[in-house]
Amino acid sequence: MYDKGKIVPGLIIFVGLMLFAIFNNAGQKPQPPKLEKPEGYKECVLPVEEMKQSHMVLLNEWRDEVIREGKREQVKVGGKMFDKSLQRGCMHCHTSKKKFCDVCHEFASVYPYCWDCHIAPQRDMADQEAK
Amino acid sequence: MLEKALKGNVGYWAWILCLLGIMGVGVICYAVQFNYGLGATGMSRDVTWGIYISQFTFLVGVAAGGLMLVLPYYLHHYKDFGRITILGEFMAIAAVAMCLLFIMADLGQPMRALNVVFHPTPNSMLFYDMIVLNGYLFLNVVCGWVVLHSEYKGIKYPNWVKPLIYLSIPWAVSIHTVTAFLYCGLPGRHFWLTAILAPRFLASAFAAGPALLMVIALIMKQTTKFNVGRVAQDKLVTIIGYAAILNFFFLGCEIFVAYYSQIPGHMHTLDYLFFGLTDHATGEVYNNLVPFMRASVIMGFAGIALLFFSRSQKSDSMLAISCILIFVSFWIDKGLGLVLGGFVPNGMEQITEYIPTGIEIGVTAGIWATGFFIITVLYKIAISVKLENEKTA
Amino acid sequence: MDNSRRKFLKIAGISAVATVGAPAALNLLTGNAHASSGHGAPQAAAPAAHGAPAAHGEAPTGKRYGMVIDARKFHANPGLAEKCIEACHTNYNVPDFGNKKDEIKWLWKMPFANAFPEHSHYKKDHTVHSMDFLVTCNHCDKPPCVRACPTKATFKNKDGIVMMDFHRCIGCRFCMAACPYGARSFNWRDPRGSENGVPFIKKLNHDFPTRMRGVVEKCSFCALRLAEGKLPLCVEATGDTGAMFFGDLNDPHSDVSKVLQSKFTIQRKPALGTTPSVFYII
Repeated sequence: MYDKGKIVPGLIIFVGLMLFAIFNNAGQKPQPPKLEKPEGYKECVLPVEEMKQSHMVLLNEWRDEVIREGKREQVKVGGKMFDKSLQRGCMHCHTSKKKFCDVCHEFASVYPYCWDCHIAPQRDMADQEAK
Repeated sequence: MLEKALKGNVGYWAWILCLLGIMGVGVICYAVQFNYGLGATGMSRDVTWGIYISQFTFLVGVAAGGLMLVLPYYLHHYKDFGRITILGEFMAIAAVAMCLLFIMADLGQPMRALNVVFHPTPNSMLFYDMIVLNGYLFLNVVCGWVVLHSEYKGIKYPNWVKPLIYLSIPWAVSIHTVTAFLYCGLPGRHFWLTAILAPRFLASAFAAGPALLMVIALIMKQTTKFNVGRVAQDKLVTIIGYAAILNFFFLGCEIFVAYYSQIPGHMHTLDYLFFGLTDHATGEVYNNLVPFMRASVIMGFAGIALLFFSRSQKSDSMLAISCILIFVSFWIDKGLGLVLGGFVPNGMEQITEYIPTGIEIGVTAGIWATGFFIITVLYKIAISVKLENEKTA
Repeated sequence: MDNSRRKFLKIAGISAVATVGAPAALNLLTGNAHASSGHGAPQAAAPAAHGAPAAHGEAPTGKRYGMVIDARKFHANPGLAEKCIEACHTNYNVPDFGNKKDEIKWLWKMPFANAFPEHSHYKKDHTVHSMDFLVTCNHCDKPPCVRACPTKATFKNKDGIVMMDFHRCIGCRFCMAACPYGARSFNWRDPRGSENGVPFIKKLNHDFPTRMRGVVEKCSFCALRLAEGKLPLCVEATGDTGAMFFGDLNDPHSDVSKVLQSKFTIQRKPALGTTPSVFYII
């Protein structure tokens, strides 16, 4: 092999750099984020595990049903009816975007653009103004 | 083959650096626009498309113009075009790349551009434009590269590219037809609502594309050992000349229909482009584009006359000037007047003028520089291969 | 089978497919796949669609919402038009940028000459000349904007309302070029921003989203309110002045249909074949 002296150390440095993140966090147990649970409600529109994994799928489905197909019938949870709506449904119980959505999204490093248009609940606004 | 683009003289590298600099400015301007929104441009509620879309429209023409170099060689076995066919294909690649960049620059939500693919909508002309433009890019990349690579190795190109080359010929017509259909299918935009729009687009394309190629060929004749040859040059003059004449014939047809019928909607935009429009309520005169449009007509006619005269004189410098005149004339006609004019007056007969902002011009310059960068690199490779082959042959 | 017969059968077969397929393809191209509700004869609704059990998905309900605007009533009640615009724009968080270039509007006033440019303005009486006309999206039965949209971000819903799906819009503004009525606005900049400390949206309505920069927006005929059994906000704002009527154009007993049967009305630019669902009494 030509330039063995340059290629081999170069490769080692490259692989080392790429694996740095894994070495750095090896052996540490990730601390799952703590979300604020709504008071007075025991269940969500789907089981907790399903909501954790695929709430975004549900939101997309709701969006298409409500806007595109005009299927606006409410969903029933624990004997109560709720709108198929992020602002008026989900955030009716989960009264803080900061203490619910953001905590987990920041942990997972995902930045959905929901809130570019949808308005965070009044509580977040009040918190922001208090600061 | 790519390594050929890495060897060049000082002039070559200075030109490359200059282009990279302009591209850098374009990237900075685009970052500003991306963060602020398209409000950083001169576009408004009434003039919703500006120089991005008008450059796109013009450049689709330049890309389609490559057809005029490919067709005689492959379909009519016109051997004298053997040296420039590849240049036509490579020019088409650069032009289509610029088109796609201009569309991306014009989108309000560029991150969602793939929605056009995820939610295919066959009743939208933009859907077809996406297909034909990407298809044309693909065809030219494959055909151009394979043919040149075979030449590089000193063999005949493989048979499987033949169908692709033949396909690229009608495909070139389709890209400009579909682009014209973007405009001429809209109710209430009288200036665009004309069946002759697609033919007019094609005529100007078949003049502007080869004219640009001719200018580049003449520059290369000066700076390199690459010479397209007198016969090919004279044939190109015929093609450019007749296409340019046809373009003006079509424009004349438009003017006749509008002014003889005296239908106000049909005259308004032409009035605005060539004479200026007066707002009856305020008495204000709007005539931003008048000097450009008049210059376009004068340059076009002068260019055509000089073009044929240069051939009789066998003068390369006159030929270069005439091609530049025709190219600039058609750039004004399509790259400014056609798109911007269609919005004046708007559907409510209100007049809003459009002036591009510095940011917008910066992005536009950056995209043009990107196109010239692609052309430079591809042409460098192409002529290096051709010159090397001729040396060994 | 000899060669010429085989050839003939081939050609015949292809021709047959083309004859059957071509109109369908043409329909697809012009976006008429859904049955149109018929121009000029709103009472002649497709009987099959009426009263039939609600089909799943986006099947049309046979409804076609429409509106009648009585310009004389607006002229007689100064400030009423502004009240309608205010009701609409505050509810939908429509920003005010304070300049014409970035302007966003769902409902606005326009003089006769601009609202109806194809009508003669020669020697029109003074009242008509001084009248302002409320204009908005016409929710056309054959909307050119829907035809133009490359992502179905704007579409005609089952009740004949031309809707916007802001999530899907890529901001190409083809629909704005296609709309002959100037009904569409683009978010040239962030509507949530502010200039000199004044936010573009004066008072945020927390029950409706804002938009983000780079998408197109327009009037939705208050589709959400209609689903709740309420009238559009502008119609509600006119109170009992009788300046606006709203309802199903395909239902001969609806308010709008009754007004349309008894009064002379005009539409904006009917010659373009877009079949607007907004009518005017002059």
